[in-house]
Amino acid sequence: MAFDEAATVGTVLRALDDGMAAEDLLLDVIASVQGRVGREWAANSITVAQEHAATAINDRAVAAVALHPSVHVAPTRGRVTVACVDGEWHALPARLLAEVLRIRGWRVDYLGAQVTAPHLVAHLHRTGPDAVALSGSLATRLPAAHATITACQAVGTPVIVGGAAFGPGGRYARLLGADSWAPDARAAADELARGPLPRPRPGHQAIDDLPHLNDQEYTLVARSRPRLVRAVFAQLEKAYPAMRAYTEMQRERTAEDLSHIVEFLAAALYTGDEDLFCGFLLWTAGVLEARGVPAASLLPALELLQRELQDFPRATATLRAGAARLTVTPLTAAGTAV
Amino acid sequence: MLVADAGAVVVHANEAAGLVFPDARPGSAMADAVPGWLVSAHARCTAHLPAQRPPAGAGTVQGPVGDRSYEAHPTPRDDGTVVWWLVDDTDHRLAREALWTERERTEFLVRSSNLLLSSLNLDRCMDVTAQMAADHLADAALVIAPAHGPELPIVSCVRGGSPSVSRAVVDPEAVPGLAEALQGFPPVPSRWLDPSAAPAWLVPDGLDALGSIVITPLPGHGVPAGALVLLRADGASAFTEGEEVFARLFAARAGAAMSAARLYAEQASITDILMRELLPPLLHQVSGVEYAGGYRPSKDHERVGGDFYDVHPAADEGEPSLVVLGDVCGKGLQAAVMTGKIRNTLHALLPMADDHHRMLSLLNTSLLNSENARFATMVLASAARDGNAVQLRLTSAGHPAPLILRSDGRVEEARTKGTLVGALPEITTETARVTLAPGDTCVLYTDGISEARGGPMGGAMFGEERLRRALSECAAMPAEAVVEHVQMLTSQWVGTGRHDDMAVVVISAPRTNHLSAVDGHTRGRFTA
Repeated sequence: MAFDEAATVGTVLRALDDGMAAEDLLLDVIASVQGRVGREWAANSITVAQEHAATAINDRAVAAVALHPSVHVAPTRGRVTVACVDGEWHALPARLLAEVLRIRGWRVDYLGAQVTAPHLVAHLHRTGPDAVALSGSLATRLPAAHATITACQAVGTPVIVGGAAFGPGGRYARLLGADSWAPDARAAADELARGPLPRPRPGHQAIDDLPHLNDQEYTLVARSRPRLVRAVFAQLEKAYPAMRAYTEMQRERTAEDLSHIVEFLAAALYTGDEDLFCGFLLWTAGVLEARGVPAASLLPALELLQRELQDFPRATATLRAGAARLTVTPLTAAGTAV
Repeated sequence: MLVADAGAVVVHANEAAGLVFPDARPGSAMADAVPGWLVSAHARCTAHLPAQRPPAGAGTVQGPVGDRSYEAHPTPRDDGTVVWWLVDDTDHRLAREALWTERERTEFLVRSSNLLLSSLNLDRCMDVTAQMAADHLADAALVIAPAHGPELPIVSCVRGGSPSVSRAVVDPEAVPGLAEALQGFPPVPSRWLDPSAAPAWLVPDGLDALGSIVITPLPGHGVPAGALVLLRADGASAFTEGEEVFARLFAARAGAAMSAARLYAEQASITDILMRELLPPLLHQVSGVEYAGGYRPSKDHERVGGDFYDVHPAADEGEPSLVVLGDVCGKGLQAAVMTGKIRNTLHALLPMADDHHRMLSLLNTSLLNSENARFATMVLASAARDGNAVQLRLTSAGHPAPLILRSDGRVEEARTKGTLVGALPEITTETARVTLAPGDTCVLYTDGISEARGGPMGGAMFGEERLRRALSECAAMPAEAVVEHVQMLTSQWVGTGRHDDMAVVVISAPRTNHLSAVDGHTRGRFTA
């Protein structure tokens, strides 16, 4: 994979000059390149930093498309706010959707990544859009997504969501009460073109979506994440003397991996879906294998976490299910389960 | 009490029944003496097949007699006759209807309040008001806001339809009562309008023949919120006094919501204008040098804080641009206001940007002389393109020294140091000169980044070492990507924990010199 910004932007502009439709260029070329960037990272062909470099170049390619004279469209439809879930760093999918909607004649306010719910709501009060399009790629941000969806609906604005975070078939979109879900930017634009999303009814209570949160397991696990990581790390060190020879970097990576495991466990507790956790474990196992680390190395950590969380029945059941899936599923080098 | 036989002939009627049904005498046919609803109920009770008859104890019917209404309870007797016990339930029924109406109205008001309270957007409040009024109070409704210039903003809605927004250049004086209602003061009552006197723009599409129109002012919080026009079609009953009073109750809620929304919009636009001056600027390429910046305030719900940065392009081509990144002691809005003062002062001092020490000394004096002064630390960087390279002069005033990231991944610290500004009468500074080869990058950051606390185990400091390690992976990356990478790492590091303001600015020498001139397109188009 080459990281040549000038060449990328040049190619994109030539394609537009040659008459390629901007929407196809954005979604069939740039978006699919970005998808490949993610896969290359999972397969250990590029580093996180390189992933950022590639994303930045793609972002400039999008900007170049947006500024091309063939793409200037006067707004003829309503107004849509496009934003990422708070804490989300993968802004490109939202950016692509914003440009596609703009090309299709919407008036678009693109708020980008790192938008807190209070900012978004203040923006909605000021501008009163027809809908909010919310993009999320990390399942660990689903609780934040839920807070944002509820906040938008509370001020009477319907929310259409999309992105990998919302699960296969958008199952978490429905769970979190989103007004609509779209598998990709084109589908989202089509859905919005079909007619206005119905205004959400007032008086909706977020807790009604997820009655299982009553057991407080999510809250307690999410809050004690650093403590859990410390405890499990210390015990791993005791059980595996080899870990004491780890470099500072290796120790930090291990702690980060443990932290991710707890984050995804928390997300699974929030959504009440073990599959979310199992899917993450299989993906992580694939990533680890691509980096020469046996997937089985995750099992002792899961075991120790189970012991730390023995008072939480949903958490321990989720951890057990994850460990079971890990031991029966063969993996491919690209990081995806067969 | 009235007794009739299987042939629907009255057998007996007591005195009370005689008063209600004067023609009901023994021997007279029921059909001639009592209303049809009782005749058919009697027929059901005396049906040939027992299965068709109502079971014993049931079969109570209810219907009008003259202007009153009665309940009739049947008691079938063994000889085939039926005794009808008649009870006057007029008052009961009226009370029930009144209660039902009140309940419906209360529910409507609660629902309106919920919808209106949920939004601080004026257009949305007008939409909700028009739709609720059209669906529950009239056949169509118009919400008219006070004029904005020559145009009158109008939202109209027909029952069952969706609200439509328009702006009309019309004279409200032309509609009797409208101008007064829009003024909001002195208070005016609802006003009836002769449908034939209504101008065409007052009648929404989809409503053909007008029956009655009533104009109700929307009272606001000391400011006029507008007027509500209710319209009923010809043939529908006119507005009763009770309905008119109820419409005023609804108008009070709608008016309060609309004026709150108007107030919020005004405040928000004031905040926006003031905030625009304090927000960090969007950075892009200037004179062949790439710039990118990122900022995260300590309080995530605020947009500004005590960190700031600016890039001032040189007045003349070839002269260095001046980059400033700094950190005012304190957080939040007050610190942000202080950053505004410093940024303005530095802007005024730009003509002496070739002498960092002099610039900082003057700023120091100005800060010492101002009241409510806080001290600040900052880095000045003058950057000029020199062939494919970029020449930098860097001066730190009590600030973490900039890091230089070479294209091979080495990270060096710029040799500059100095005292902070705004604390002591004299300052000392030491300026470093650095050359950035193509692909090299200079990173300015505030201590919010290096001193961020968190990490997977919690409580650990991000630290300069980790920052250097992170940067060394960013060799030869575009400036925005470096900024985003640093921001993402620190953001993940702090997680949901508390953090200080965090700012980072990256100055890069572009890796290839033809970046800005691809295919003859101008450089400007890549800088969005």
